[in-house]
Amino acid sequence: MESASVTHSPALERPASLLASGAGWRRRAKDRLMTVLIAGAFALAMIPLISLVYEVTKRGIPGLSLAFFTEDARGVVGEGGGASHAIVGTLVITGVAAAISVPIGIMGAIYLNEYGQGRLRRALTFFVDVMTGIPSIVAGLFACALFELFFGPGIRLGVMGSVALSVLMIPIVIRSAEEVLKIVPNHLREAAYALGTPKWKTIVKVVLPTAFAGLVTGVMIAIARIVGETAPLLVTTGVVDSMNSDPFHGRMQNLAVYAYNEYRSPGVFKQAAYDKAWAAALTLIAIVMLLNVAARLVYRRYKTEIR
Amino acid sequence: MLGAATKRSAAEEGKPTMTGRPAGRTSTEPVTATGRGAKTIEARDVNLFYGDFHAVEDVTMTIAPNKVTALIGSSGCGKTTFLRSLNRMHELTPGARVDGHVSLDGEDIYGKGVDPVEVRRLIGMVFQQPNPFPTMSIYDNVAAGLNLNSRRVPKSQKDSVVERSLRGANLWEEVKDRLDKPGSGLSGGQQQRLCIARAIAVEPEVLLMDEPCSALDPLATLAIEDLISELKNRYTIVIVTHNMQQAARASDVTAFFNLDATGKPGHLVEVGATNEIFTNPTQKQTEDYVSGRFG
Repeated sequence: MESASVTHSPALERPASLLASGAGWRRRAKDRLMTVLIAGAFALAMIPLISLVYEVTKRGIPGLSLAFFTEDARGVVGEGGGASHAIVGTLVITGVAAAISVPIGIMGAIYLNEYGQGRLRRALTFFVDVMTGIPSIVAGLFACALFELFFGPGIRLGVMGSVALSVLMIPIVIRSAEEVLKIVPNHLREAAYALGTPKWKTIVKVVLPTAFAGLVTGVMIAIARIVGETAPLLVTTGVVDSMNSDPFHGRMQNLAVYAYNEYRSPGVFKQAAYDKAWAAALTLIAIVMLLNVAARLVYRRYKTEIR
Repeated sequence: MLGAATKRSAAEEGKPTMTGRPAGRTSTEPVTATGRGAKTIEARDVNLFYGDFHAVEDVTMTIAPNKVTALIGSSGCGKTTFLRSLNRMHELTPGARVDGHVSLDGEDIYGKGVDPVEVRRLIGMVFQQPNPFPTMSIYDNVAAGLNLNSRRVPKSQKDSVVERSLRGANLWEEVKDRLDKPGSGLSGGQQQRLCIARAIAVEPEVLLMDEPCSALDPLATLAIEDLISELKNRYTIVIVTHNMQQAARASDVTAFFNLDATGKPGHLVEVGATNEIFTNPTQKQTEDYVSGRFG
């Protein structure tokens, strides 16, 4: 082999001896510096998160009591009362929002991934992307305007809050469901088609069960995302002190608005009100954490290993 | 020319072998004669396109019933594309188009008003990579054809169909005690036999196989080839294979596809009895290919 005619760049020079070529102190120092910087950046990113959880826990625990979970604030002027109406309200409003968003979101994802083609699909994807960026107050005002068309101004209902939250939740469900459906390998669909299965049945009986764990996780994360939205609920569900679990009649309290209210108008017994606000915030964080943990457990239990 | 290719005699079937092949159907159990019976496929002037790209040109051939027809040729010459046009899977690719005439037992499968889903029920397919449904048990995988085809079948009938199909695929003895376990827990060769069982459970008239052994080890390949020679008694079989020795061993009729150059459409060069194609081909291209001079 003619090596004389080939000029090597200095970077490709072979070291005289491999044993003597070990990483010099310069490179090791650089490695260590980068490790420290990266770990430091991670610690920096963790600080606000940890301090937040710490603060909310520290200030929220004094507000927690049996009364907090079992009593509402009906007729309460003093220190007593609880937030059971807010907790039930959050669960009901979020539940109805999920009931609206999940079918629409999953069917939308199925359309975009399995049926959509060409211009219509691109247009729909564009609109879904736009919807993920809608400010939450805009969603709230939309729900307000929609219901005021039918029921007149000043209407406040639990289901209005659900509709506003759905507007925020649907694009999130569509996006994550679409990603999960894309992961289902095409050869499974082909296996079903080759057996003479119609397309819709392939989707219902093969694609969706295979994607099930991912779909559930995506939905739970979407719920965790909207469970603490305050702005749309401020304008749609109203403020009320008594328990109401019917989303279709009357105002409904929820944890986010409750916390806001207690903090803004604490009344005479300031400290008790502040305590209750923090306790409501702590409860919200606990709900979000429970949903995330449940999502992970469901995923681990139901995921299908696709070879 | 091809001294390596061996043809097993009929006397060897059923005897335990030294190679330790998985013992399938014992020789005392007869092949049950159920099913619709094997049918003929006629292809006439078939041209296949992916969008504007002309992939396969002017294929005319007859696929005879109760015979194994092998499609051979080098990579990219259109064998799989042509195979997929026989059960209307080609058109599932966006932009794909079929020109020409393909008929099953005299009926045009691309005719107006023909439901492709019905065609695929009659012409089954087994793929290169075994693809059992991961969310279903072995039992449900085999019965998938029944479950997914909106036929309400009573359980007892389903049980007998599953058993018959697994016996037909030489898998029954190995899985009869774990029918409720997931299909993905089997070895590659077992998975492919499961896919074959799944395909024959719906009683097709033709079975198409796209390189069914290319992802399997030699022992598993042997088991599948034995299976194919049993199955041809009940079905018409078309198999695409890269492996010339396999075509020589396992098929009755061989069709050789070739490309003139990359970018040109693939076309059928020659089709005939396997013996003739491998020992006495009429086209020079065929002779070059089967003697290993290219491809």
